[in-house]
Amino acid sequence: MDKYTTLQYDVIIIGAGGSGLRAAIEASRNGAKTAIICKSLLGKAHTVMAEGGVAAALANLDDRDNWKVHFRDTMKGGKYLNHWRMAQLHAQEAPDRVNELEEWGAVFDRTQDGRILQRNFGGHTYPRLAHVGDRTGLELIRTLQDKGVHDGIDVYMEYTVRRILTSEGAVSGCLAYQRETGRFTIFNAKALVIATGGIGQCWDITSNSWEYTADGHALALWAGAQLLDMEFVQFHPTGMVWPPSVRGTLITEGVRGEGGVLKNSEGKRFMFNNVPEMYKGEFADTEEEANEWVKSVVANKIPKVRRPPELLTRDVVARAIRKEVLEGRGSPHGGVFLDIASRRPAAEIIRKLPSMYHQFKELADVDITKEPMEVGPTCHYMMGGVKVDPETQESTLTGLFAAGEVAAGLHGSNRLGGNSLSDLLVFGKRAGEYAAAFAKKMTDYPKVDPDQVNETVKGSKKPFEQTEGENPYSISEDLKKMMQDKVGIVRTESELKEALGELNKLRERANNVKVGGNVQFNPGWHLALDLRNMLDISEVVTKAALVRQESRGAHTREDFPGSDPEWGKVNLIAYLRGDAIEVEKVPLPIVPPELKELLKD
Amino acid sequence: MSNVTTLQIYRGDNESGEMVEYQVPRNPGMVVLDAVHKVQSIHSPDLAVRWNCKAGKCGSCSAEVNGKPKLMCMDRLNKYPDDATISIRPMKTFPIVKDLVCDVSWNYEVNKKIPAFKIRKGERKYYQYEADRVQEFRKCIECFLCQNVCHVLREHQLKDEFCGPRFLVRVAGLEMHPLDTEDRSELLKNELGVGLCNITKCCTEVCPESIAITDNAIIPLKERVVDRFFDPLGWIARKLFKKT
Ligand SMILES: Cc1cc2nc3c(=O)[nH]c(=O)nc-3n(C[C@H](O)[C@H](O)[C@H](O)COP(=O)(O)OP(=O)(O)OC[C@H]3O[C@@H](n4cnc5c(N)ncnc54)[C@H](O)[C@@H]3O)c2cc1C
Ligand code: SF4
Ligand code: SF4
Ligand code: FES
Repeated sequence: MDKYTTLQYDVIIIGAGGSGLRAAIEASRNGAKTAIICKSLLGKAHTVMAEGGVAAALANLDDRDNWKVHFRDTMKGGKYLNHWRMAQLHAQEAPDRVNELEEWGAVFDRTQDGRILQRNFGGHTYPRLAHVGDRTGLELIRTLQDKGVHDGIDVYMEYTVRRILTSEGAVSGCLAYQRETGRFTIFNAKALVIATGGIGQCWDITSNSWEYTADGHALALWAGAQLLDMEFVQFHPTGMVWPPSVRGTLITEGVRGEGGVLKNSEGKRFMFNNVPEMYKGEFADTEEEANEWVKSVVANKIPKVRRPPELLTRDVVARAIRKEVLEGRGSPHGGVFLDIASRRPAAEIIRKLPSMYHQFKELADVDITKEPMEVGPTCHYMMGGVKVDPETQESTLTGLFAAGEVAAGLHGSNRLGGNSLSDLLVFGKRAGEYAAAFAKKMTDYPKVDPDQVNETVKGSKKPFEQTEGENPYSISEDLKKMMQDKVGIVRTESELKEALGELNKLRERANNVKVGGNVQFNPGWHLALDLRNMLDISEVVTKAALVRQESRGAHTREDFPGSDPEWGKVNLIAYLRGDAIEVEKVPLPIVPPELKELLKD
Repeated sequence: MSNVTTLQIYRGDNESGEMVEYQVPRNPGMVVLDAVHKVQSIHSPDLAVRWNCKAGKCGSCSAEVNGKPKLMCMDRLNKYPDDATISIRPMKTFPIVKDLVCDVSWNYEVNKKIPAFKIRKGERKYYQYEADRVQEFRKCIECFLCQNVCHVLREHQLKDEFCGPRFLVRVAGLEMHPLDTEDRSELLKNELGVGLCNITKCCTEVCPESIAITDNAIIPLKERVVDRFFDPLGWIARKLFKKT
């Protein structure tokens, strides 16, 4: 073990997206010696890609908005599987977290009277998303990054964590390799915050980057923490479908928030026929009413009519698009049409949606101010993740905290757009604060177990020792295709069972994966290691999807098409027993009566 | 459209390396980064390259393609003749770590020198026309392509004296922020070396975010420094009334 450098910190944050940076700032502010570890360069985490905005009931445009409405929207969007306390804290604290960003230098778009502008988004009753054109994530991450730099937080860029170290049933740090040199470093810490983001690389058509290989989910599972709601994977309704090289790349919901409409090959706005029972009466019935709403919004007036059905929640819109395509009313490349060109003048489109304009022009030869876009569902966001305490964000493993996309509970079975960036800020802050408090109580650094270190290093080097074996890329491609086919938007028992069989075969292949070259900046090796996370977490998702015999939010079972009130009373947790992944029902936390009152229509 | 593309990619490190030729199948809409990924999956899994968003938003995939500094994820293959060989090299201004990956850590060190945003007391309202100017600078995705082409850094390697266009953009974003009260003129003049820029505009030409780096950021900052040190009274008046 002496071979490895050991670094000691009170609090280590794994991940430098919005949640990790916010956690680090808070931990450091609370007097903890803090470091951040991340796989990419600082400022390149997924958060940088977020487009549409951050949800907070600032009520700058519509003074009927407040935390109670935001709470209700979030719970309803999650089909009531959310942890009520997280949804409450989130709605209450998001405005402060957004204002604080402004104090740290963020420059949001402005209202006519000089305050933070907010836009409409699916599932939010009022205009609620503070934004910067369609590059809100960049603003958020840069603001936090620059704040963090001045707070003296140490950053270890391009280090990948392979294991959470434990000692006496609590966290003792983590083990990471530096991508450049391939060398392992031991990070000995009193408390750890996982803020690693999502798992979207397990699917073929995805809006997620190479980083989303389910690392944090797997690290937590392996270390003995429980995962929650793992059957709920969000497919965003509008990804690019053509050309193939950009298939899955996201088109922000902001396009619809700005008045964009969905049409099938017959030119029909099919969302009018797809309003689910629970949202009946809340959405426009006719195109006239929907158009009237857009007109008011564009004129910065409070709409007196109901909003267009294009702004239904993502689960609903994604399924509706899939249906249009399956029934033969799709676009030439297997999507539907998203039209903003005929709705807003070109100059406004370019101003409000600059990066969408640029993206289509450069990558698809489509001018969105003149033509409709072709869009289809793309794997986007993981609602499930590490089960945490709603106040402190501590997981079921002592000393291990989690925040951001890797944590679960806030979004229930379906996340509303804009609720992730606010989640990062609210719970990132909480995780940092409570991790620092936890560390403060400890006098000494916990012991690092050399066996854990040696075992992981040895296992990680195995792909170089293989004399025969497969290239990691082919295994990863097959995994993605398999998950796309069998554990996609719509699921059935038979396919899920097949998927479990396929996962076993893929795992066997992955055990013999072989890589060439050496340990220095070797993407093939990195992928070979990531495969282990992806396989285990794919299995968790598949098992949970198999257990939940109903359709709810992002989880749709063809063999159980309706929602079942009995299933509405339980969450699923997953954990390791020995080497086996177990999935179990746990009762939903009970919503206190005063909040229950808010959920009534 | 021919269905194969020939690439030449730099393989090696800072000490030694060579251009290696690869052929990959070509699909509709492919960008240079897709072709590099194909090389990884078919020929050489250990080929080092950085990328994240694949949509021009994160600034990770900068390289020199046929000698031109670019984001590989926004560079369509159909812009090149079918039978052309496409050569890809890492950015020249920074030391090479391996293959297409270079050591850009210097940039992060420079960033630390810039004093943080300091908000004025009281009223926080400001208007979109004021935001517009700053938002242009805040669009920067830190691809470091401008740093790569700036001759002060590229040819003269004056990294100790000059912070480069990226960080002048960052300072401009702070200095012109309607709520900021910090004064960074001294730093601009000395440590950041704004005077070393001789307005060749090469940086502006390569910026994938179309930031008018020279005209909108650097020139006003140069003027600010001149004001501050040669017209201090005018400077104080402007600072007080925040008319910039
Ligand atoms: C295209 C796109 C647009 C979006 N738009 C919006 C929007 O408008 N509004 C909204 O609310 N949400 C949006 N989302 C969702 C939101 O951006 C993400 O959920 C959120 O940014 C995740 O933040 P995070 O802090 O949890 O993780 P990330 O920002 O993904 O950061 C994860 C960090 O963990 C690090 N990491 C991962 N694994 C390891 C490891 N093994 N070792 C070390 N480090 C590791 C990574 O390097 C990275 O630094 C969008 C998502 C996408 C893909
Ligand atoms: S204009 Fe100035 S900063 Fe830009 S490339 Fe030329 S010398 Fe460098
Ligand atoms: S200013 Fe432009 S070229 Fe320079 S780093 Fe930023 S985005 Fe890249
Ligand atoms: S991969 Fe993000 S800019 Fe190219």
